[in-house]
Amino acid sequence: MKPDDAHGRSLDEPALFERGSSGRRGYTLPPLSAPERGVESLPAELCREDLPDFPELSEMEVLRHFLRLSQWNFSAATNFYPLGSCTMKYNPVLNERMARLGGFADLHPLTPPGAAQGALELMAELERLLAELSGMDAVSLQPAAGAHGELAGMKMIRAHHLDHGNPRRKVLIPRSAHGTNPASSALCGYQVVAVESNDRGMIDPAAVARLTDGETAAIMVTNPNTLGLFEKDIVRIAAAVHEKGGLVYLDGANMNALLGVAKPGHMGADVLQFNLHKTFSTPHGGGGPGAGPIAVRQRLADYLPVPRVVRAGGGYALSEEYAKSIGRVRAFYGNFGMLVRAYAYLLSLGGDGLRRATQMAILNANYVRKRLEDVLEIAYAEPCLHECVFSDSKLQPLGVKTLDLAKRLLDYGFYAPTIYFPLIVSGAIMIEPTESETRETLDEFIAAVRAIVAEAKEAPERVKSAPHTTRVSRLDEVRAARQPRLRWKP
Amino acid sequence: MRYIPHTEADVAAMLGVLGRGSIDELIAHVPEELRSRATLEVPDGLGEADVAARLTELAAKNRVGSSLLCFAGAGAYPHFIPSVVDHVILRSEFATAYTPYQPEVSQGTLQATFEFQTLVASLLGLEVANASLYDGSTATAEAVLMSKRLAPKAARVLVARSLPPQYREVVRTYLEGLAGLECEEIPFGADGRIDRAALERRLSPAPAAVVVGYPNVFGVVEDLGALAETARGAGSLLVTATAEAMALGLLRPPGALGADIAVGEGQSFGIPLSFGGPYLGLFATRERLVRGMPGRLVGETVDEHGRRGYVLTLATREQHIRRERATSNICTNQGLCALAATVFLALAGRGGLREIADRNARKARYALGRLRERLGAEAVFSAPFFNEFAVRLPDARRRHERAVERGVLAGVPLGDWFAELEDALLVCATEVHSAADVDRLAEALAA
Repeated sequence: MKPDDAHGRSLDEPALFERGSSGRRGYTLPPLSAPERGVESLPAELCREDLPDFPELSEMEVLRHFLRLSQWNFSAATNFYPLGSCTMKYNPVLNERMARLGGFADLHPLTPPGAAQGALELMAELERLLAELSGMDAVSLQPAAGAHGELAGMKMIRAHHLDHGNPRRKVLIPRSAHGTNPASSALCGYQVVAVESNDRGMIDPAAVARLTDGETAAIMVTNPNTLGLFEKDIVRIAAAVHEKGGLVYLDGANMNALLGVAKPGHMGADVLQFNLHKTFSTPHGGGGPGAGPIAVRQRLADYLPVPRVVRAGGGYALSEEYAKSIGRVRAFYGNFGMLVRAYAYLLSLGGDGLRRATQMAILNANYVRKRLEDVLEIAYAEPCLHECVFSDSKLQPLGVKTLDLAKRLLDYGFYAPTIYFPLIVSGAIMIEPTESETRETLDEFIAAVRAIVAEAKEAPERVKSAPHTTRVSRLDEVRAARQPRLRWKP
Repeated sequence: MRYIPHTEADVAAMLGVLGRGSIDELIAHVPEELRSRATLEVPDGLGEADVAARLTELAAKNRVGSSLLCFAGAGAYPHFIPSVVDHVILRSEFATAYTPYQPEVSQGTLQATFEFQTLVASLLGLEVANASLYDGSTATAEAVLMSKRLAPKAARVLVARSLPPQYREVVRTYLEGLAGLECEEIPFGADGRIDRAALERRLSPAPAAVVVGYPNVFGVVEDLGALAETARGAGSLLVTATAEAMALGLLRPPGALGADIAVGEGQSFGIPLSFGGPYLGLFATRERLVRGMPGRLVGETVDEHGRRGYVLTLATREQHIRRERATSNICTNQGLCALAATVFLALAGRGGLREIADRNARKARYALGRLRERLGAEAVFSAPFFNEFAVRLPDARRRHERAVERGVLAGVPLGDWFAELEDALLVCATEVHSAADVDRLAEALAA
């Protein structure tokens, strides 16, 4: 151990498996009572000999290990996290406490409905609120994530067409769409037909009409799209697909731009998913758990996953009596703990707060866009909503890539924007500030981007070798993929 | 609104920079026909205390703890959660980070995920585990889809009827609409294990996979080694699904017994019951199959100075790169649940996990013994079980209802899922149940 190691010994933390000592414990069982002693366990021949690689640590060693690891993360609570398309807004601390109330956290999912009325009432209320916010008719809270909601939605679309004699073969998806859209369609057996964006970054209703025929099951469209632009022809796009008997799947990933502005149900959407971890503030958890409820118009309601929450007597029950349902998409009823958090958020904001949240998210994005437009190239000139997208065309002449800008931002204490997405923009830089950030924070971020662009002119090497202040520098991803080490080995 | 920082002065100044007179001007390009109808019929927001009061009121309408002593398992298990687990996952640095796209400032999440993969692979006895899937049921469905990719010509998959029924239903939902993969069921025999003769009759032509519960829905431990041999002999993969991962602290690992893909539900490792979610899908397989595996993977590498670090890797399998040709549409994992499980497993450790699992097996046997003594109830199946068991009782459903009235959730009526088991309950006992709790169970079920 050398006290002068670059980052200090106190910041180092080996893998769990490199700590501890044989026989040490971080968990103690209570003693057995007298009548239980002498009861047998499983026959020895069914039992394993060992748990290889499992650590042996005291409670405090475990705590210290994970607290040290936590300090190596940027997070939305500690750092501005302008990750486009992810809506990294404030995750209210109150909601964590609410999800941990014993009446929720300790509730077994197979508790008879009569003894789980509070949970069912919460679900029914949340369904009603989501339907109102989106202008849709019925909701299922079952899908575990946005992509899972897409899968459920596309299964419903398929079931609907099958019911009408032909499941159809194709799904139209804009090239700017999130990768989950084509992947979810493929999982439902559909062939993906790409829709090009026009020179204004939008989908052309005429192009959609040309691509649509009697084998088109649906269009999957994100609105506002992944450029942060409102698809202003959405009603005509939906009509073009409906005219040929197709359906409209609206990807609700960007609902944070829409509350009080426009409702998907009025745009012609037949199905959409909500990402409760985006618009409705549940924490992203380093990559889940999220929740991806789906909402539908009446004509698809019979296909929703079962079980569904229904009114029964003076209370609520769960029903599987839907012959046309696509079935279950997961065990039990959804990521209930995330539903509690989202419901608490909706009560906290209310209708007035939700409208304000959307307005301020739009204001923040436009502000960042305006104040960076002279140093970064705006990808499309159309007015943006909750996020803005720049290309790398002003960076390229400086010999600096989008990736370099992203990495250098880390040195300034900011997480990076979403980069190289959407795919239709060269070296895309996608910034979504959300309503949670103050003007002062945005100004600091803007100043950092401007400083980095200036630095790229004067000292490009400093940018290209960033980050310089993080625990590790750029990591060798090629080596990770070519010689995969996917678990610890002695 | 306390979550939104903008003062009117902020708004005015920012609009000034934009050269706009009002917020409405920023959304003027949204068609009027949509804007005019976008009113929200939602009451105004509440203060923190009022929100807490409303949620507390709802939580109080659910019966938990001593008001409804839980002996139910069937895919969700009551276990003790050490305080350290929640303390760690409450850390905002973990909870409010996102997918580690920028590894230099996400090493905490990445290293913890790498540790998770190591622990899960060891537990399941396979070389590689992913960063987790949504839950045990979707992990099972993903395993079936993976087996089809590995055997594209196979037209069927055999799924044990003794798999947790909800897992079977999810597999069926996922397969609907996918050309050329039929789901067939394998019956269970009188001892509660797979009916081997029935399985053998269904192995030609070879199915893509044989999917069995380990333990199965009745808590029964299958003879996995023999099943693996049978499946392999036919040229099929063996997939195991473990709904109660605590069992793996004690049982021989599925990978060592011949499973090619082993999946499970990790809820038992530090994740609350929470009315069914969020939970934790475990997924492991053999190293040679890794490129066909669904889900995120974290790998070890080095930085420019040769220091050890971790990154997301083998992403060319995933939807953001492969789009419609990806191995799955999954976009994230269950990051924070995986972290909870990692902390739990680190606390329990090599000796502790086995001891907890062993305690579960003993508690369940004690509970069965007490039900036998007090009620004359008998186990439905003769094969060894882990921490839950099917028990036959006259008038089981009515007794179950009465027990709920008396403050005990006396397992789950099996008649809901298996018509021939209308007179049986599936009862689970774990390390959280004292001898006095078990007495309460027996009394509540007494006629």
